[in-house]
Amino acid sequence: MILLQLLFSFLQVGLLSIGGGYAALPIIQNQVVDLNHWLTAREFGDIVTISQMTPGPIAINAATFVGTKIAGVPGAIVSTLGTVLPSFVIVLFLAWFYYKYRQLKSIKAVLKGLRPAVTALIAASGVSMIIACFWPDGAVSLNNLNIESFILFAGAFIVLRKFKAGPIKVMIACGLVALIISYI
Amino acid sequence: MKLNHKVLFQLFRSTFSLSAFTFGGGYVIVPLMQKKFVEEYQWIDKYEMMDLVAIAQSSPGAIAINASIIIGYRIQGVIGSVVSVFGTVLPPFLVISIITLCYDWFIQVEAIQTILFGMQAGVCAVICDVVYKMAKDIVSQGEAVYILLMLAAFFLSVVFDVHLLLIIVACGVSGYIFEKKRGETK
Repeated sequence: MILLQLLFSFLQVGLLSIGGGYAALPIIQNQVVDLNHWLTAREFGDIVTISQMTPGPIAINAATFVGTKIAGVPGAIVSTLGTVLPSFVIVLFLAWFYYKYRQLKSIKAVLKGLRPAVTALIAASGVSMIIACFWPDGAVSLNNLNIESFILFAGAFIVLRKFKAGPIKVMIACGLVALIISYI
Repeated sequence: MKLNHKVLFQLFRSTFSLSAFTFGGGYVIVPLMQKKFVEEYQWIDKYEMMDLVAIAQSSPGAIAINASIIIGYRIQGVIGSVVSVFGTVLPPFLVISIITLCYDWFIQVEAIQTILFGMQAGVCAVICDVVYKMAKDIVSQGEAVYILLMLAAFFLSVVFDVHLLLIIVACGVSGYIFEKKRGETK
């Protein structure tokens, strides 16, 4: 019974969280905290913190966390499945449609307009990530710039562009350099 | 489509390792996928990659999962998308399951915090790198309307906080109108 409830709840999370990332937060909170009282507001804050520190989409992280807490491993599996299922059906249909019709003139025209949009949206999310990274305590000013972040960022960017290094290696290297600096 | 077990395994292995490194969520998966699937494996071209992000972005659910569904479908059909979704979901599933057990310890260890702090700067650089490549590509095509469209979308999103679905729909419609107009004048 509780498994069905979890499934039904996270199906809604999966279906309603359009736009990914933080767009999913209020929907998860509504289902998990307000409607079903599976987590307290504090625990929900914890899961957001954990999500920022661990890989993977926040909806999957929340589903696994809540599922484990409420009904152990079966709960985690059911909740995760519920989160993924709506995307799976909808995106699979769109993928099929895209590969079948992308050579059509009108679809090509629409896609041509979407490419600048995608670039712009990624750039926009990059800007907010850079602000969070360079000014971790919120106030954006030159005096307040986190020098360490800035140097790591600049170094990583040069390595990526000049030496075509793999992104995962660059990310790990940044983490390790930060750790070494903290011991000096 | 004929199933190729070697390719399926490659699909699983790559989505698993990409997902394990998408700290900060959302778009971080894009540069990683671009590097792996466009530049290294050459399974798709860079325009397909952008289309794929647009579809992933405007559908319900997480971008990383949606993008891997499309890649999987492209490479090995429905079975391929099942495999790549499994590969994408597994790392966060395992990590969170473990952390749920030792949350109090995890959140206290300072070394973990420091490493994550440093990785954040690396993630920003990776995003900048891919934006640079994508923007350069659009600029080098030399069509002013699309360069303007890109700038407009950027400012609408950053300065005016316009919802991304609205931006995507508006740009799709603009593309349709521009291309149609061009067809008529020729």
